[in-house]
Amino acid sequence: MALYSDKVMDHFRNPRNVGVIEDANGIGEVGNAKCGDIMKMYLKIEDDVVQDVKFETFGCGSAIASSSMATELIKGKPVSEVKQLTNQAVAEALDGLPAYKMHCSVLAEEAIQAALEDYQKRTGKTV
Amino acid sequence: MIYADNAATTKMSQTAIDTMVSVMQEDWGNPSSLYTRGQSAKEVLEDARAKVAGVIGAEPREILFTSGGSEADNQAILSAAALGRKAGKMHIISSAFEHHAVLHTLEKLRKEGFDITLMDVHENGLVVPSEVEAAIRDDTCLVTIMYANNEIGTIQPIREIGAICRRKNVLFHTDAVQAITHVPVNVVDDNIDMLSSSAHKFHGPKGVGFLYARKGIRLSNLIEGGAQESGKRAGTENVPGIAAMAAALVEAYAAMPANAAHLTKMRDRLIEGLAQIPHSALNGDAVQRLPGNVNFCFEGIEGESLLLLLDDKGIQASSGSACTSGSLDPSHVLLAIGRVHDVAHGSLRLSLGEDITEEQVDEMIRSVKEVVEYLRGFSPIWRDLMSGKKEFIL
Repeated sequence: MALYSDKVMDHFRNPRNVGVIEDANGIGEVGNAKCGDIMKMYLKIEDDVVQDVKFETFGCGSAIASSSMATELIKGKPVSEVKQLTNQAVAEALDGLPAYKMHCSVLAEEAIQAALEDYQKRTGKTV
Repeated sequence: MIYADNAATTKMSQTAIDTMVSVMQEDWGNPSSLYTRGQSAKEVLEDARAKVAGVIGAEPREILFTSGGSEADNQAILSAAALGRKAGKMHIISSAFEHHAVLHTLEKLRKEGFDITLMDVHENGLVVPSEVEAAIRDDTCLVTIMYANNEIGTIQPIREIGAICRRKNVLFHTDAVQAITHVPVNVVDDNIDMLSSSAHKFHGPKGVGFLYARKGIRLSNLIEGGAQESGKRAGTENVPGIAAMAAALVEAYAAMPANAAHLTKMRDRLIEGLAQIPHSALNGDAVQRLPGNVNFCFEGIEGESLLLLLDDKGIQASSGSACTSGSLDPSHVLLAIGRVHDVAHGSLRLSLGEDITEEQVDEMIRSVKEVVEYLRGFSPIWRDLMSGKKEFIL
């Protein structure tokens, strides 16, 4: 059995929404270099909808795949829905992660929540 | 396809495979049986013992066959500890970057009341003999220092350390799993009392190794049962594996001077090429190092993603990142030479095989450069480093 599912490998090899949004209005960064994983999410929210999302990740294969999948799950979605995103949803969408890699999906969830908080702080809007 | 993880394991040589198959077909008897079929197996076993002993400068009766390097490490250390305990000497000296077969055994002994001193291996990954000498106490029963490190390939001053231990009358064990067939190892010249080795690191089969214990050193059993291996290791011997190990060892030892010269050349070419990647660093001393070992840290990236992408390019290597070990900490070896967590996660070990070519080395340099550059392209750490928000470590 391979370490990762085909879906994880696909998102790792061809990560979606990689990069930076220069005029992002919500940015979240979680993790630390000491543990070997950092995720940074850039959101562009307009009319309470995530119009665009990009990410940068320092981390292992599942960290990159989790970031990529998370951006796909929230792109074009209303903020109210994005707020409900869980790490389980990310992991399930990837056809599962090895048990000791589940924290990668947690990081993805946390990075998005941090970006939403940043958006609230910047705009004064409640999400 | 380039297999560059020979420190993890090696492909069996045709000689070893042929030997193994022949023993399985012809000499399949139990060496403990009295009849001819048993005695022919016994002959194969003793012939292998003589060959192994001959290569490392030991006497046949000083060689004990085991299931591999870990078992040999365990038996050597626990035997010395048992002797020490009896004599009221419960201090053991080792190094901070030993293999876990040594470190975990020492941790067990620590819980049993032993005092363990782990020598600093410094930035270059080398134990300093005078520091070992200074650490030896009246109650020291064992010094155990690996011959060459499995991750960064640094070769320890074994002969000097051995001489100090002789003079101070302290037992000296070395885990030589990575060294045998890569550097000339001789238990007499090197003042070694006990030595561990494993067959699959030199093109022999997995699951077999040996422990050298100088005559007169009383070993304790890990496995109780029959009287095999002079009563020190029960269980019917793995005769095909042992014969194949001996064949592989003799073959690799004969080819060592030529192989070492070629590997050193390839290693240095690879080091030179990888050193051109900005903000990278070679781990471990550049000279006192195994001929085929290259180990680098690349700032701003993580090792597992590096390995997976190299695998896609047909290059098989390993890393000391936490993600490749299933723990949260990166390699204890890299931490021991003073690499901080941030950069230790971005390590890559390429351990070359004897058949490596210059073209393959150049291909590896190209591929590693590409992948490191690609991963840095969307690494938030790299962005912070490049923008000056964070300071470069390497």
